[in-house]
Amino acid sequence: MADLLRQAWTVARKDLVLEFRTRTAIVSALVFTALVLTVFNFGRDPTAVPTIDLAPTILWVTFTFAAMLTLNRAFQLELENQALEGLLVSPLNRTSLYWGKLIANLMFVALVESVGLPLFVLFFDVPVGRVLLPLVGVIALATLGFVAVGTLFSALVMRTRFAELLLVVLLLPFLVPPLIGAVQVTALLLGGRPLSEAAGWLRLLAAYDIGFVSLASLLFRFTVDE
Amino acid sequence: MLSAEGLRHAFRGGRVVALDDVSFSLAAGQTLTIFGPNGAGKTTLLKVLAGLIRPDAGRVTVAGGRGAIGWIGHHSHLYGHLTVRENLLFWASLYGVPPSARGVNAAATMRRVGVADWANQPVWSLSRGLVQRAAIARALIHDPRVLLLDEPFTGLDLKAAAALRALLGELRGAGRSVVLATHNVDEGVELASVVAFQRRGRFVQLAPRGGRSAAQIAEQYRRAMAEEGGGAGGGRGVDG
Repeated sequence: MADLLRQAWTVARKDLVLEFRTRTAIVSALVFTALVLTVFNFGRDPTAVPTIDLAPTILWVTFTFAAMLTLNRAFQLELENQALEGLLVSPLNRTSLYWGKLIANLMFVALVESVGLPLFVLFFDVPVGRVLLPLVGVIALATLGFVAVGTLFSALVMRTRFAELLLVVLLLPFLVPPLIGAVQVTALLLGGRPLSEAAGWLRLLAAYDIGFVSLASLLFRFTVDE
Repeated sequence: MLSAEGLRHAFRGGRVVALDDVSFSLAAGQTLTIFGPNGAGKTTLLKVLAGLIRPDAGRVTVAGGRGAIGWIGHHSHLYGHLTVRENLLFWASLYGVPPSARGVNAAATMRRVGVADWANQPVWSLSRGLVQRAAIARALIHDPRVLLLDEPFTGLDLKAAAALRALLGELRGAGRSVVLATHNVDEGVELASVVAFQRRGRFVQLAPRGGRSAAQIAEQYRRAMAEEGGGAGGGRGVDG
């Protein structure tokens, strides 16, 4: 296990260095996040629908699509000079490769979310002070699930002609359960309800994470092996 | 060190036969040079040997497993936005080179292939020949026991090609087994201890080089291809 994690971290660290050197996906995702929140802020009518009812959906729509921008890049960078071929010839375990990509993607998405959340609070003036920790926990729980699935699917579509389009089409149906759960829990938290009321949704998010991280770890090798 | 038994592989539902009953065995210090025209199945064979493609039938045995293989394919497998040194350290880490030895190995390998002066340059900024040298360094960073080389001279100038030939000679002397695939008889002959001619997935000839000269092998290659139905285009360096 230690060897699997060591290899995974080697891959993740390389991806992080490459991304922070080129800043292609991160900058796109951050700009996208800021733009979407700005558009929603000016596009809504606060007298028609209370902000508190609309805010959780806006937050998760923004996070989901911003994350997709970063997920696409995970395996595209392995196609440059066919580095993936080198990875597959090496003793790198396929599960380590998946975990490495998952770790890097989680860090990219976490960075986008850490910028997006303050912007969201700023634009929508929602009271997150009292529920910040549980809210960050819910964001982490939901993010792990959809990034786990997204990382698997980005490997699946990387060699296709319309990888970016296909990723969205394939991924969105799988994101419905964690997104519904995340929106519901976020709404409860922002509405000042106790976390215990969200226990069912939290269990769903946890089950989704465990199920899909395990499944994706098992299935990943079939997406990269010829 | 390396053996292949009855390898068969086909693409497009069996319509394109890439490997047809290929078998051979290489001991330590031997170099198998495979000559064949485009589409003969050389790259598929190397990919099967490297474990990139699972053959439809047959078996490959590499002493030491995947970690013992050094692979140079048609692409460099290098990350453009990492420097040559960073690339080598990354690959050394994946191949389990101990952390304390990575820097030393990387420096020594870069000196060996002549890219030490470009160690801190990002790969994207290098010329094609330098990228190929860096790719060779990547393949050697873990001191592999088996080297699989697919057209390794591509992009190298005459001096660099001669240096690579000398390096491969050194590796053979150090007991490394090498499989080299090329369409150019001039390139691989002097390194070969075993010579194979491949066409339509089959080894139409597999024999020790013996005392044959490059010219003799080129002539035999031309005839072997002609007997198999033509298409070698006259032997040396043609029919890319």
